[in-house]
Amino acid sequence: MAECGPVDSSTSTHTMDKSITLPPDEIFRNLENAKRFAIDIGGSLTKLAYYSTVQHKVAKVRSFDHTAKEAHGDKLYEIAVQEEVTARLHFIKFENAYIETCLDFIKDHLVNTETKVIKATGGGAHKFKDLIERKLGLKVDKEDEMTCLIKGCNFVLRNIPHEAFVYAKHADSEFRFQNTQPYIFPYLLVNIGSGVSIVKVESEDKFERIGGSSIGGGTFWGLGALLTKTKRFDELLQLASKGQHTNVDMLVKDIYGGSYGSLGLTGDLIASSFGKSATANKEFSKEDMAKSLLHMISNDIGQLACLYAKVHNLSRVYFGGFFIRGHPVTMHTITYSINYFTKGEVQALFLRHEGYLGAIGAFLKGAEEDNPNQYSWGENYAGSSGLMSVSPDMNPMQRARSGTFDMLEMDRLERQLVKLPLLQDPSSYIPDTVDLTEDALAREYWLFCFEDALDGVVKRAVASQPDMPETQERAEKFRQKYRHKLQTLRHQPFAYGSLTVRSLLDTREHCLNEFNFPDPYSKIKQRENDVALKYYLKAVKSLDQLEWEERQFALIRGVLAGNVFDWGAKAVSDVLESDPEFGFEEAKRQLEERPWLVDCYDQWFERLKGPPHRCALFFVDNSGVDIILGVIPFVRELLSRGTEVYTYISNAWFWLVTLVLRDGLRDERLMLVQSGSSSPCLDLSRLDKVLATVVRERNTDLVIIEGMGRAIHTNYYAMLSCESLKMAVIKNSWLADRLGGKLFSVVFKYEVPAGKLSHDCSAASPL
Amino acid sequence: QSSVTYIHVVPRTIKKWKCNTYSEIININMIIMNLCVDFDYLCFIIFVAAFPWFGMDIGGTLVKLVYFEPKDITAEEEQEEVENLKSIRRYLTSNTAYGTTGIRDVHLELQDLTLCGRTGNLHFIRFPTQDLPVFLQMGRDKHFSSLHTTLCATGGGAYKFEGDFRTMADLELHKLDELDCLIRGVLYIDSVMPRECYYFENPTDPERCVEKPYPLENPYPLLLVNIGSGVSFLAVYSKNNYKRVTGTSLGGGTFLGLCCLLTGCSTFEEALEMASEGESTRVDKLVRDIYGGDYERFGLPGFAVASSFGNMMSKEKRESVSKEDLARATLVTITNNIGSITRMCALNENIERVVFVGNFLRVNTLSMKLLAYAMDYWSKGQLKALFLRHEGYFGAVGALLELLHPSECL
Repeated sequence: MAECGPVDSSTSTHTMDKSITLPPDEIFRNLENAKRFAIDIGGSLTKLAYYSTVQHKVAKVRSFDHTAKEAHGDKLYEIAVQEEVTARLHFIKFENAYIETCLDFIKDHLVNTETKVIKATGGGAHKFKDLIERKLGLKVDKEDEMTCLIKGCNFVLRNIPHEAFVYAKHADSEFRFQNTQPYIFPYLLVNIGSGVSIVKVESEDKFERIGGSSIGGGTFWGLGALLTKTKRFDELLQLASKGQHTNVDMLVKDIYGGSYGSLGLTGDLIASSFGKSATANKEFSKEDMAKSLLHMISNDIGQLACLYAKVHNLSRVYFGGFFIRGHPVTMHTITYSINYFTKGEVQALFLRHEGYLGAIGAFLKGAEEDNPNQYSWGENYAGSSGLMSVSPDMNPMQRARSGTFDMLEMDRLERQLVKLPLLQDPSSYIPDTVDLTEDALAREYWLFCFEDALDGVVKRAVASQPDMPETQERAEKFRQKYRHKLQTLRHQPFAYGSLTVRSLLDTREHCLNEFNFPDPYSKIKQRENDVALKYYLKAVKSLDQLEWEERQFALIRGVLAGNVFDWGAKAVSDVLESDPEFGFEEAKRQLEERPWLVDCYDQWFERLKGPPHRCALFFVDNSGVDIILGVIPFVRELLSRGTEVYTYISNAWFWLVTLVLRDGLRDERLMLVQSGSSSPCLDLSRLDKVLATVVRERNTDLVIIEGMGRAIHTNYYAMLSCESLKMAVIKNSWLADRLGGKLFSVVFKYEVPAGKLSHDCSAASPL
Repeated sequence: QSSVTYIHVVPRTIKKWKCNTYSEIININMIIMNLCVDFDYLCFIIFVAAFPWFGMDIGGTLVKLVYFEPKDITAEEEQEEVENLKSIRRYLTSNTAYGTTGIRDVHLELQDLTLCGRTGNLHFIRFPTQDLPVFLQMGRDKHFSSLHTTLCATGGGAYKFEGDFRTMADLELHKLDELDCLIRGVLYIDSVMPRECYYFENPTDPERCVEKPYPLENPYPLLLVNIGSGVSFLAVYSKNNYKRVTGTSLGGGTFLGLCCLLTGCSTFEEALEMASEGESTRVDKLVRDIYGGDYERFGLPGFAVASSFGNMMSKEKRESVSKEDLARATLVTITNNIGSITRMCALNENIERVVFVGNFLRVNTLSMKLLAYAMDYWSKGQLKALFLRHEGYFGAVGALLELLHPSECL
């Protein structure tokens, strides 16, 4: 069964005062543009979904007057902040007790009158049908629970990186997130509601309920309530976590005196659940009985799941349903059971957004005409609550949150994202170099670092929009929001999947966007671009005068020197702030002398003597000295060698660079591709589909990744199936220290995949 | 191993030895071998254990004891028979209950059975494992140890209580693997007892559901499900080739344990009695309780249980159910779960015949019919559920057979 807990029973007896005042405008956001509602009403929780559009500002280059002469000192271009509309999916989860209040709020704020129906699923949909129809004036259209569940599951698995995780209670990090797999099918979904449904999913539309069991969450709850006189599910779990099942269960050692060696059954194995309670008129503690019951049910479900997985030859098994939903106790017992029965061959997988699957699926059913599956979607960290698991005793923050509202927001991305076809092993590719969920020391540092830099970001955000309304207030809201996120992550690093420098940057970007600061660095970048553009021709000319051999090295040094300019990295912004005259030549002097920290230059130089590359893919920063004075001259050289070059660049400054390049370099073999993201980091498993096509068609044989975010924080260990060049200057002293270098140490990593002539010189750095 | 060794040399018995240890047997064996070589005789060597003949299976809940009562005692033997042996024989065969909890299942007694050249009756006795000390005390009082007999025992208790046997009753246990004994016992009893194995015809139709004998002539491969306190699932491919596929802790012990907690009963019989009067549908949430009827999308009939004890999530319903209802629901839950695991094991092992044994099924027609129903319904008639009359005694029988035909000697 899907979630079909009691709708009418004790679940709601503990509810808080229904007249409680909500801050609904912070919960039901963008309601004025909302359309296409879906609702999933479970035993105790309601999940509401709707589609909306958000207007947000993007910075764009308006004009580029290439006739303007340097001498005039005019700005070479104008940046305009434009409004853009993007699609967003909102999912809100709240207790059933709030349903009426929520419906009222929606009714009052709903502007869109085109909406006529609301898709509904879940065991409680029937009970609340009349209420919804009366309150909202929408027709309730019921959808099959299981179909919704599977649709939702496919959607999150495809669109949310780190959606699935393995639970390991005693490991350093309880949650071990799984890489996004290139192929999500086939898999087994074990939904533990009041009963258990075991569903085999073979493709988007093909799935089958291959089995189930009546011993599920309802059995734990019902039998538990009878045995312990405890009414609430959560309280039963609490009891269970404190109990000793060995007082109630008959273990192998109770029968054998020890282990049953010849069968490999250990003494602690449960031979007969509740076997000891059959012997005498003994009293048993509530905790012990609850624990025994929990083990009995978890083991039974785990065993059946394994048997079904074996019969159908499936190795990916996801668990969901209210029995699992964020409860560490049940995730632990289920994991234990699966490990026991499959001897580790099958892992129990859980989903971060498991509670939303039904609502997502119901929504998708209703939105089929918009075909949401043709787009890629991304989790918006600013608008999503994140995973709130771990024991409530351990974490007071979660306590405050439970019983209120939980949200998930997903943004429709401009392009469909796919993996780079040049990844050597897509299924094992992990973009991030360090997983901060596992590395406590690094986590500590980076969280501090981002918090420390917050004031500066706020300052710049304000400065970037001198003429806009309420800049101060918005900036202050941003500060609060991001600081709160950082605090949450300090306590629950796993809240949005694996915590990484990339995710911290993304979260900041989402928070900035939320308060309409598309690019707090725009003013500085503009200033920097102006300087760089003026210097560009001169720089190119002086390069052209160099001998071939000298020039090759100068070009690389140029890229690296350009890399020193980075307003995002604290050490650099400090230098630049104090010394605005700090120029490009100055930057070169700051660079580490050869031999660099990672130095493959000789191998690269040897390679340059050989035939030119057919086609190079260049991942670069979005603007500034870096790209204008470092990357572009290097690209020029590649082009002159006869190599086609595709540059992947974030969208905000796309037009600027186009214009610069058109002006300076008219070459049909140079193409620019927008990345759609302004993150300084790079996830090669989520790239523009167009780019992937190009890479295949053009037989790309060289990938160049430049910058600390792209080449060190991410992709440092990425293995590609063609030659690759990773270049970066380490602009963070803590990181430099960790890598065994110092500030402004250089990483120049040239790799040739095994099988081809190996030029790999990179020492494995202890990142 | 104390045993009497008869050496039959064709055409007549020429010598009879009595030996008390394995090394003595081996010595005799050497003598016989020499006889054979020297005189070119054809020898048949039969080792026969000395009386009394017991087989014992000490489980988590029950001790099962089988006792062979010889009926062909010769006058010579009668004279030789020590008093202790006689008194044990008389005590066991003239009573049907021992102490307050020991019971002889008279209806299972196998009469005029020929075993190892001897004819007699095989008795089936059980008592709770927790009363084992009483049994040991009795053994001590009756000077059981003076008989120098070997006590073949299997089940976990053979290991757990080995020391108690030694210290309390001065008895050495010959410990045997419980699954080896189980299979040996099943195969033996089925071979000597004509209507041992049976099944239910028309299991899905309560009106026409009747018990029918099933000849287990060519039984392999077969899934043997032993439901004691816990449950073991064995795939048996031949007499000597079997494997334990899996097990579950939800077994007879769970049924009784939960019933005791939920209803205050204290015996299996009481629990079953209550279960037979109850109605599980008041306790369980059925598919029709959720969907109003069948869940057609997945081919689930409305009467199928969606959530065992699912109705008990509601306070009102908790207050309206009877103890009998709860006992029935517990029985149905445990039984159906065993059925599910059985079905999956059968599928994984590609086996179509399942034999259910174990004391959980004793006087438990409800569970047997449920299992028969579940196997038939969910496999669409592919799987056949078979039952054996001596439900829980096969381990003990296997232990007895080990005494008579020791597999590691000769």
